[in-house]
Amino acid sequence: MGRYVARRLLQMIPVFIGTTLLIFLMVYSLPGDPVRALWGDRPADPQAMARLRHEYWFDRPVLAQYWHYLSNVVTGDFGTSFVTGRKVIDVMAETFPVTVRLALVAFAVEVVVGLSLGLLAGLNRGKTWDKLVLVITLLLISIPIFVLGFIFQTIFADQLGWVTPTVQNSDDISQLILPGVVLGSLSFAYIARLSRTSLAENLRADYIRTAIAKGLPRRRVVGVHLMRNSLIPVVTFLGTDLGALMGGAIVTEGIFNVHGIGNTLYRSINQSDNATVVGIVTILVIVYLLSSLLVDLLYAALDPRIRYA
Amino acid sequence: MPETLNKASAGAAETPAVTPVPVAAEKPRSLWSDAWRDLRRNPVFVISAVLIVFLLVVAAFPGLFTSVDPDHADLGKHYLGVPSYSHFFQEDWFGYDVQGRSIFARVLFGARASIIVGVCVTLFVTLLGGLVGMLAGYFGGWFDSLLSRITDVFFGIPLLLGAIVVLNAFTHRTIWTVVLALGILGWTQLARVMRGSVLTVKQADYVQAAKALGAGTGRIMFRHILPNAIAPVIVVATIALGGYIAAEATLSFLGIGLPPSTVSWGNDISSGQTVIRTAPHVLFFPSAMLSLTVLAFIMLGDAVRDALDPKLR
Repeated sequence: MGRYVARRLLQMIPVFIGTTLLIFLMVYSLPGDPVRALWGDRPADPQAMARLRHEYWFDRPVLAQYWHYLSNVVTGDFGTSFVTGRKVIDVMAETFPVTVRLALVAFAVEVVVGLSLGLLAGLNRGKTWDKLVLVITLLLISIPIFVLGFIFQTIFADQLGWVTPTVQNSDDISQLILPGVVLGSLSFAYIARLSRTSLAENLRADYIRTAIAKGLPRRRVVGVHLMRNSLIPVVTFLGTDLGALMGGAIVTEGIFNVHGIGNTLYRSINQSDNATVVGIVTILVIVYLLSSLLVDLLYAALDPRIRYA
Repeated sequence: MPETLNKASAGAAETPAVTPVPVAAEKPRSLWSDAWRDLRRNPVFVISAVLIVFLLVVAAFPGLFTSVDPDHADLGKHYLGVPSYSHFFQEDWFGYDVQGRSIFARVLFGARASIIVGVCVTLFVTLLGGLVGMLAGYFGGWFDSLLSRITDVFFGIPLLLGAIVVLNAFTHRTIWTVVLALGILGWTQLARVMRGSVLTVKQADYVQAAKALGAGTGRIMFRHILPNAIAPVIVVATIALGGYIAAEATLSFLGIGLPPSTVSWGNDISSGQTVIRTAPHVLFFPSAMLSLTVLAFIMLGDAVRDALDPKLR
């Protein structure tokens, strides 16, 4: 187990370097000269420009810049935003907790609603409940997340008046429920369908028949024997879904005015605030890599046949 | 790998005369004809296929359904005109938008952008991902490790996020820059599916037989492995097509996808968003068409999966 984790952590290093390098190259090939942009329409001072370029490493080749950046990141220094003049780590410390809360709400919705619907459909395969769940989830998958955001905004805020249309205070978790539901809706539809298929398939397995024949109560058969084996595809999906949630956060946070990383990231891209963009994406990549490791470790917990030496 | 090939050709040299296998009197149905038989009977497939054919016709010839110019704007007469639901196929059927343009005409003409992006991105990712997956799965070893790590690198970047960064690098954006941005970030999923599929098929007896008969690498890959490994790729690609259409609309909605001059559902949803409280119909019709299109492709993918992979039923 320990060796497996160590090997996986080592394998992450090239992927981490590759992904951050890719983002770095893409961001730094963006048009526009951030140094010149500081002066706006006024004539620029060439000496000051050269000094700034040197200070921020803009005058060196992009690979040298990348190496400089990466060696700083290892010590926890994500640099300073050239546009806002703020330390990137401070900006992230401010906005990340908001998005993490939003993602946790979405995650909770996904797991609770998705799994309940999946159970309902999987155990009643071919009956009315099953068909209803399939139709509802198909509709949810088809409606793009921003359209769904507007629909929910209209229904729950404008018509019913349960919540305010946009989030007033991003630290208040009760205000994040509606955006969280919107963010998680696509994924819970997938989870419902995945768990339905998986449950329905495993329901026919020999060990389920054995468990029933032994006279185990239905709750135990479903809750322990069936669920544990059916959760593997769902766990895989949940792991890769973290990245999608962060990407979806750009849209959801925009619609509901949540001050999280999605909003910050979108603004930074538009302002060519390279340091902030690269910093946020770097953290996102780390989150993604760690969550995929966690998924692989969870496999062993769920399926006793899988053991990592 | 060359080792096995040499062994295989040596084996073939020892037995130069291959006895022709007698052709069976009744040819068993192939996976594809079997799948086609299943598909024709599946109502989900029939509904989605009809919808998709209709959308393709609209995308190719929007002029068949309306003679109204989608860019013709008359602010004075039509500012946010409400829909006249009884005026079937007429200019004011779905009402007018903020610039006094016929929403019915715009919804029809907007199909083209979405369909082109969806189909082209899917072709792009299927070819690129399929090729990478095939090479990685077939050759294995360090080559597989290299390609798989490259796939991991691209897989680590969320689609929407990466596409925003890529699109920002273009000052002049067209439909093709959107295709490129979604394509270079979207191929990883198909590469993984293809690799897994090739790894399974590679072990099959008929592949070993082809090797023993001295077939070249190219022939084994494209004549023996590809037709047997492609089914899961087609399933994933069909379902993904709907997702790419939604992604294009999302990017256009964020103001970073198609240029504002292009008639597209994403752009119209973006402009309709500003009047959602006073005139929800401006937002509703392009959103409904977009959702319907995504729905049609996802249903098609579901039906194709059921037909090609009977295990999942």
